[in-house]
Amino acid sequence: MAAGDQRLEMAMGRMLQIGVTIAAFVVLAGGVLSLVHAPHTLPDYQHFHGAPPTRMHVDSIMTAAFYRNGGAVIEFGILLLIATPICRVLFGLVGFALMRDRLYTAVSAVVFAILLFSFFSHR
Amino acid sequence: MNALGFSIEIAAISVLAGFLGALTGLGGGVVVVPVLCLLFKIDLHYAIGASLVSVIATSSGAAAMYVRDGLSNIRIGMFLEIATTLGALLGAYLVARVSTGAIGIVFGIVLLYSALASLHGSPAAPETPHPDSLAERLQFKGSYPVNGRQVDYAAERIPLGFGIMFLAGTLSGLLGIGSGAVKVLAMDQAMKLPFKVSTTTSNFMIGVTAAASAGVYLSRGYVLPGLAMPVMLGVLAGSLAGSRVLVHAQVRTLRWVFAVVILALGAEMIFSGVTGRL
Repeated sequence: MAAGDQRLEMAMGRMLQIGVTIAAFVVLAGGVLSLVHAPHTLPDYQHFHGAPPTRMHVDSIMTAAFYRNGGAVIEFGILLLIATPICRVLFGLVGFALMRDRLYTAVSAVVFAILLFSFFSHR
Repeated sequence: MNALGFSIEIAAISVLAGFLGALTGLGGGVVVVPVLCLLFKIDLHYAIGASLVSVIATSSGAAAMYVRDGLSNIRIGMFLEIATTLGALLGAYLVARVSTGAIGIVFGIVLLYSALASLHGSPAAPETPHPDSLAERLQFKGSYPVNGRQVDYAAERIPLGFGIMFLAGTLSGLLGIGSGAVKVLAMDQAMKLPFKVSTTTSNFMIGVTAAASAGVYLSRGYVLPGLAMPVMLGVLAGSLAGSRVLVHAQVRTLRWVFAVVILALGAEMIFSGVTGRL
């Protein structure tokens, strides 16, 4: 494998590691936050409720605010996590472009476009 | 049960699933979904949503290993991701169109296949590569170390591999799993790539494939923070521990035990799917 490929692979691997570490800590922080503030409210996971509600339903407004806080932090962590492999594709796009590899710059661009489509087509 | 106790139980079972998934090479998702559905009676949609998140975490978390080994092929991976991400979009689209029972049956079949495939172990790589013109044009080749010396390899039958990758992506999007077993099948059996290159490149592709269905999952409400949190953290911790153990331990007997467990889970998923209990 070419030296450029090896360097690109290293950069991608490092980026993935850093991304997943940050995401895991954010999710953990959100989990602690929501469990500390609402350790007794267990949502119904046994039945599917369809698309996400715009507001959370919890007994009192106080706990609702706290719970929403923790849940929102977890969701933010999950978004960071999902963004990590997408960034990896972007890394590939830039890396192949720097190596002047037109074919694989185009290939990376196609994969990136498919990922963007999955996020913005279902809103 | 309260949320704290629930989270701890789910996290514990997810650690076990991640550990088992790493040891067998199947990935945590394929284990955690049936456990959540069958043991905890969690709705299949929420189970696959939480699993998909954990799959992305595991794939990125294992990056340390392939960076060190330098065995994955980023060109082959990136090109085949066109097939897996398109498949993942189709799979995620199908989740809302197909009945829960049918998804359970497909899941069971994939479990049965994965259990059998995990017992095969690593087949010997072909000695001399036979690259065709397509492999030359796409640069589907490279070299990897065998006993201290670099051995060249090249891909064959790329269209077949591409097709199987599309199927792997569809299963990933439909079932919330990494479908590493099918990805390895495409590279190692169809394209005749060395087994080690296939498994590491497969892991490299799993995160991107799963990210393609994650967008659809989020907008459909399959990912619940309270459930995804313990599953993601548990599977990630379990699989990191599992891959460490894998380096040091002889796991032939363990593999057999786990394969039997996965066969049983597969049979139970099919049964539950057929009888409409999912």
